[in-house]
Amino acid sequence: MKHIVIVGNGIAGITAARHIRKLSDYKITVISSESKYFFSRTALMYIYMGQMKYEHTKPYENWFWEKNRIELKYDKVESINIERKNLQLTKELLEYDQLILATGSNYNTLPNINPDIKGVQGLYHLQDLEKLEENTKNIKKAVVVGGGLIGVELAEMLISRNIEVTFLIREDAFWGNVLPIEEANIVTQHLAKMGVKVLINTELKEVHSSVNQRVVSILTSKDEKKDCEFVGLTIGVSPNIDLVKNTSIESQKGILVNEYLKTSEPDIYAIGDCVEHRNPPSGRKAIEQIWYSGKLMGETVAKSICGSLTKYEPDIFYNSAKFFEIEYQVYGKIAQILVANERTFYWGNAENNQCIRINYDAESNSVIGIHALGIRLRQATCEKWIRDKNTIQHVLVHFEDANFNPEFSKPFINAMLEKYNLEYPEKPILIKKNKSITNFISKIFN
Amino acid sequence: MNSNYIFQSSATNRGWLGMMIGSLLIIFYVLLYWFPASIQGLISLTDPISLIIKGKVADQWFFYGFIYTIAILGMGIRMIRKYRHNNYQKIRTISVMFFQTCFAFLIPELLARLNLPYQDFKNIFPLDYAFFFDYNIEKKIAAGTIGYFMLAWGVFLFVIGVPVMTYFFGKRWYCSWVCGCGGLAETVGDPFRQLSDKSLKAWKIERYSIYGILSFSLIMTVGVFYTFFTKESKLFGIIDTNFIRYIYGFLIGSVFAGVVGTGFYPLMGNRVWCRFGCPLAAYLGIVQRYKSRYRISVNAGQCISCGNCSTFCEMGIDVRAYAQKGQDIVRASCVGCGICAEVCPRGVLNLENISTK
Repeated sequence: MKHIVIVGNGIAGITAARHIRKLSDYKITVISSESKYFFSRTALMYIYMGQMKYEHTKPYENWFWEKNRIELKYDKVESINIERKNLQLTKELLEYDQLILATGSNYNTLPNINPDIKGVQGLYHLQDLEKLEENTKNIKKAVVVGGGLIGVELAEMLISRNIEVTFLIREDAFWGNVLPIEEANIVTQHLAKMGVKVLINTELKEVHSSVNQRVVSILTSKDEKKDCEFVGLTIGVSPNIDLVKNTSIESQKGILVNEYLKTSEPDIYAIGDCVEHRNPPSGRKAIEQIWYSGKLMGETVAKSICGSLTKYEPDIFYNSAKFFEIEYQVYGKIAQILVANERTFYWGNAENNQCIRINYDAESNSVIGIHALGIRLRQATCEKWIRDKNTIQHVLVHFEDANFNPEFSKPFINAMLEKYNLEYPEKPILIKKNKSITNFISKIFN
Repeated sequence: MNSNYIFQSSATNRGWLGMMIGSLLIIFYVLLYWFPASIQGLISLTDPISLIIKGKVADQWFFYGFIYTIAILGMGIRMIRKYRHNNYQKIRTISVMFFQTCFAFLIPELLARLNLPYQDFKNIFPLDYAFFFDYNIEKKIAAGTIGYFMLAWGVFLFVIGVPVMTYFFGKRWYCSWVCGCGGLAETVGDPFRQLSDKSLKAWKIERYSIYGILSFSLIMTVGVFYTFFTKESKLFGIIDTNFIRYIYGFLIGSVFAGVVGTGFYPLMGNRVWCRFGCPLAAYLGIVQRYKSRYRISVNAGQCISCGNCSTFCEMGIDVRAYAQKGQDIVRASCVGCGICAEVCPRGVLNLENISTK
């Protein structure tokens, strides 16, 4: 019986294992040095904040693996022998017929910062969380470097423990290299309201430590000194390619794969965060570290291994995040700065931290991307609009179909349409005054 | 929503404080049900209120109804504050506060004052397991028109009200908007919701237990009817219907619904009775599972399997298992409290009544 070995038990590796089991009877082994059982990395912040315990982050109960004949090895892979098709673990040699590398990422560090200073760290692995517990015990002041998704989560975690947080952001506003300025401003202001001290256009220059190698202060790129007992490095993550570095498996920033997720060596595939696509799917980056991409790559590689060679073809781009209280969703493409042949319609309600942005083609009016802050949208509907190249007018008229807010939520669509009609009086959209009981009750409560 | 450090708090993470709260609740129920004389001092404290409402001094049931209502009102206000940004939570909490105060507490006490039969108009058979007991039927018949109305209303709710309302709105219309047990669970019990068991094993036990009790309640009622119409106390000449009735009242009505149902909040979460015991929840659940517009819709791709939804599901549903598969959640046990959708950080879940294709 064919033996499939998967290195890494994150979402990509585990999805691959589950789908190979669905499609075949092969022997499956999953190896991880991080944890015996699959847990959801995205929930680490909730453990720190005491909203969940580690056991809650495990999407499958422990019996699941044995029942599905997926063998879990809590061990470290030291090296790969490509010719003999085996892996050297700490104490044993494991032979494979086909190998899937799903080794994930490591958090980035800064070349000018001594990594041995205590109290300086990023957040990615389960072990980082344990370290974070230790590093932030009874501290008062922290600095978080890097205005991206993990940075804001780390800030929220620290604030939840009443630790004063100074947040260094390289751009003009939070996530300024991704979000258009209006959205970035809403989030940045919200961060300030939540007690985060935001410093924009600021980078980390130096970290100062005490005699016992513990961080005591930092120097910003503006030569401002900030006392702190902890420095969070959240300047992104990079593919973890340690295992393939000294092998014939080709890699650049990540492990290079073709559209079938095959590496340069036969019978070795790579999926998830550790991957760099030689020919990225259209509209996608060569390295795309998103939860669902890992999941999709796992499903794809499972099909290929079980007999039907399948290309990795993600559909319309989407993503989501949460910045303290503000939820964020994106469907399709929203460029940070508007592209020449595109137009944008933006409606925002600063008071409720809400906004909707719809980008569309200047000529055909067809919708290219949709942004939402503080509003939940229905994924299937948004994707259908973009796939079908529906016009912005069509989308606005039918916007209620995409409203995924909880029942009795404050209505926002009419206010949005009114703004549109003000901006484009030549083609106004008929606003239906909704008299339903839902709206009536919502009005009472707002 | 802010549930930070809920697992570090001794009261809400099965710590010594939680065990103490649980023990006190259990002791309270035991004394209230079987040794009311021992807490006569406490009961008498509510005499002034009882005199105003009922025109009589308080008995143990007035006392219980009063503090039950106060608990729902007080913790309801906490609930509304905690979820102040979510209208669904606010409206539903006001709803349970209203039904408890008016329907479960004031109206029955006023009926008593007017010498009419006791009736909680929102309580439904078989949760209201004594509805068809001979003495209740006789009292209502004796009361004339209003008594007949009470009987008709109770039968109407069971036969028409439950299936029709559940078809349109799911069982939530009752369990998390109207019901008194649900009202207590959603207000006083909210800090304990994360303690429900999400394992597959618990789900298996749940199904045996809740449908077992539904069957028990129906068999018991058949026995009651048999005796009522034939005046024969032994069913098939062997089983004493009065004895079954007594056993049901003691084991299910008192021990399970009261002592365990509330006393176990800090141990097994706030819906122990609703999940494992309530025969009405079982009936509502069957309708919800097979013939209802209600479901929790899923934005499948956005799910990051974080597990907040499952953790905070008071009914112990592994919501994440459905969400990460992209499957809408249609489960008999879901009471539609909406907290899974509330705690989801990615806007994946939404409670909806969808018109069927």
